[in-house]
Amino acid sequence: MRYAETGFNLEVDLTRGNIERVATDRRLTELHLGGLGTNARIFWDRVPPEVGPFSPENLLIFGTGLLVGTPAPSCNRTVVSSISPQTGLFGYSMMGAFWGPELKHAGYDKVIIRGRSPKLVYLWIHDDHVEIRDASHYRGLGTLESAELIRQELGEPNAAVASIGLAGENRVYFASIEQGRSSASRLGLGAVMGDKNLKAIAVRGSKDINIARPEEFIKASKEALSYIELREKNPIKGVMPILAGLGSPQEMAVHDEKWHTENFVWGNARVRRKDFWTEEIQKDWTSTMERMRKRLLSCHNCPMKCGAAIAVDTRFCSYMMKCFSKLTYTMAAFSDLNFGLRIAQKATEHGVDAFSAPQTMAFAIELLEAGILTAQDMPGLPPDNEGRFFWLLDRIVRREGIGDVLANGTYWAAKQIGKGAEEYAHNNIKKTEQLPLKLGMLNPIYFLMYCTGEKANITQIEGNFPQMPFSTKEEQEAFVKDWVHVPDERFKQWFLEWELRGEKSIPNYPPIDATCEIVNWQEMLHYIDDSTGMCAGLSSFPYKPPFHLHNLPSLISAGAGLDLDEPGLVHLTRRNRNLVRANNIRRGLRREDEKPPEDHWKKRFPELEARLLDEYYKFKGWNRQGIPTRKTLYELGLDYVAEDFAARGISTEEEGSAQ
Amino acid sequence: MTKAKKKRIVKAIVIDADKCNGCRGCEVICSAFHSAPQYGSTNPARSRIRIVRDPLADIYLPVYAGEYTAAECTGRSEYTIDGKKYEACAFCRASCPSRDAFKEPDSDLPLKCDMCSSDPSLKEPMCVQWCLAGALTYVEREEEGEEAETVEELDAGLAALADKYGWQKVVDAVGRISKKG
Repeated sequence: MRYAETGFNLEVDLTRGNIERVATDRRLTELHLGGLGTNARIFWDRVPPEVGPFSPENLLIFGTGLLVGTPAPSCNRTVVSSISPQTGLFGYSMMGAFWGPELKHAGYDKVIIRGRSPKLVYLWIHDDHVEIRDASHYRGLGTLESAELIRQELGEPNAAVASIGLAGENRVYFASIEQGRSSASRLGLGAVMGDKNLKAIAVRGSKDINIARPEEFIKASKEALSYIELREKNPIKGVMPILAGLGSPQEMAVHDEKWHTENFVWGNARVRRKDFWTEEIQKDWTSTMERMRKRLLSCHNCPMKCGAAIAVDTRFCSYMMKCFSKLTYTMAAFSDLNFGLRIAQKATEHGVDAFSAPQTMAFAIELLEAGILTAQDMPGLPPDNEGRFFWLLDRIVRREGIGDVLANGTYWAAKQIGKGAEEYAHNNIKKTEQLPLKLGMLNPIYFLMYCTGEKANITQIEGNFPQMPFSTKEEQEAFVKDWVHVPDERFKQWFLEWELRGEKSIPNYPPIDATCEIVNWQEMLHYIDDSTGMCAGLSSFPYKPPFHLHNLPSLISAGAGLDLDEPGLVHLTRRNRNLVRANNIRRGLRREDEKPPEDHWKKRFPELEARLLDEYYKFKGWNRQGIPTRKTLYELGLDYVAEDFAARGISTEEEGSAQ
Repeated sequence: MTKAKKKRIVKAIVIDADKCNGCRGCEVICSAFHSAPQYGSTNPARSRIRIVRDPLADIYLPVYAGEYTAAECTGRSEYTIDGKKYEACAFCRASCPSRDAFKEPDSDLPLKCDMCSSDPSLKEPMCVQWCLAGALTYVEREEEGEEAETVEELDAGLAALADKYGWQKVVDAVGRISKKG
């Protein structure tokens, strides 16, 4: 018997309409767990670098994490992987809610899609019954709209449906895959789904998921719940309200948005409004939220209420949202929360990423103001500010006129527009990833996370180490008292000594070696979550979460019947990390690509930055180009990667070449 | 003839649907608690509590399984409460022929909430413990009422089989299987 996992994947060839249920190799679970780890392995084995995002040979994998559907709180995440149209690299984006657990209960760990259907279809998975069905009557319909109609067509009101909207159908580079309460939004994987002519995957399951050592597993799950209850009553002191609790930042519940609105930048990531948050605005936005928010919601088997049902011109619910998407449209358009929640409803139905879409629209408005785009480029553009954003969104998801250019995101659109437009796509990490934040002094921890993270989107890289020192030493001392999460005592010391100003402040503190360890620790936790399907909100993201490096090995082992201790889990996670990187190295990722946005910090330190990158690469076992060395690959049992690199002439020598 | 009145302890789960966050944790933990070995598997399809859900209508209604009934109701009503439409069946706790809820997916045998009776007994049923949102509260209260027969799980299961196949077939099958044993 297999534990935690089902031991079967569903292989679907849309070109031929072929469906196969394939038993998986247990050894791969032992090497990579599940989710991101096994997805990365399948990509390595089956998708060579010659395959582009819109090739039928590209795979689109919906891979549930190893612990999805078990009683451990928040294990509900599905990692969607494909070659991203935005980056041309191995992209992964994840979603929570109910789709993953339903798939596991139907008897599958992953759905692996290949080929391209000759007409628009959807996939219906109901235990052993799997069927490709016509979706031509859903063409152009919204994500939630089509999901609801599919449920009605199937007579299955409780089926979980992941679907794309117009944006995905039209291969918008930042198209999302929406699932009602959650979405896989980053890196345009919805466009790949659209390219494959796959409108949706509906799933419903009624089979068992087995736990290897039930008593041990349930004890750990109960302890986590008690801890969550305790933390609910005892928020962390000394940090802003949205970071004081667990889960993702509680922006559906917390009305105080002083921090985001005054520290993040407005428009096309230009303007910081330091005195924005007045009593009047707080009153206005609170009343908007309380009018439109109908209920706080959770994902599968999770007590955190990160999401909310939002009603736009209906009494009940027109869509669900969570976290910072509350503000991204509002701030891009210099508007208010009422506008933000309204346009987000349209955007969710069209299926676009709530980070990149508003930034791309603000970029277009700025180009218009600068005269690089003109009225002729935008015939019919309404005169009012909010109207322009609705108009642009519509053009983008339909790829009409200027929308066809903007649909490729700011990086590619700027290249296409020319005339100096590239200066306006100023806000990207690794060329294409949006980051609406401008700060003064370089922070070495964030510098490394921006440069080297392959997940894209900073909130999914950062985590357990505080973003900045607290205002007093006493608060810092209080914070480290019950900080059991750290790998060892040095981490506490680094935080205790960290100061807002003076000798031990950014950019020179934490010192380079400490910075490497802190970044590595935070990243490692995310890689664990992305393989187990545990939500970052109870593990890698918030301060002092219920799950951490010291209790996860036994939880994973008890659930899946493995024998992992802490060093074992660290080693395995390092293997997954390097396999993700190997996929991208093979696709051409090198040191020169690993850059933060040019103007993210006012004060830059080229020498320090180069040393940080050098030392971090060394720490990771990568050479000067950021390529895992032969030694690293062999240590991790990735001999086959080393051999492939050698055959392709990719140098894995310690020093690396200058190129 | 009136039946004798008797004082008894009534165990109940008080449901505050307004507080439900729709996470289905109650379904997960119920199925895990009742699995063999205990907590050895999860499967909401085997759960004795269900969340009736319709996200776009903002309906989240936890309902826990009651008695088995062989016949479905004659006629169905629909309730509108605060503008939301509910089928009468949404509130009904019966395991009945009209729907899949509260039936073992393999055998179709009826499922019934037993308040997680176990030895040693729990302070509260597991679904209540698992619901940090506070939608489920366990109460015990004393009531005076007619003495009622309680139907054991095995009896209810056999009755369901008899309804499906007829008593003769059930008796034959039991005889056949017990001989093999």
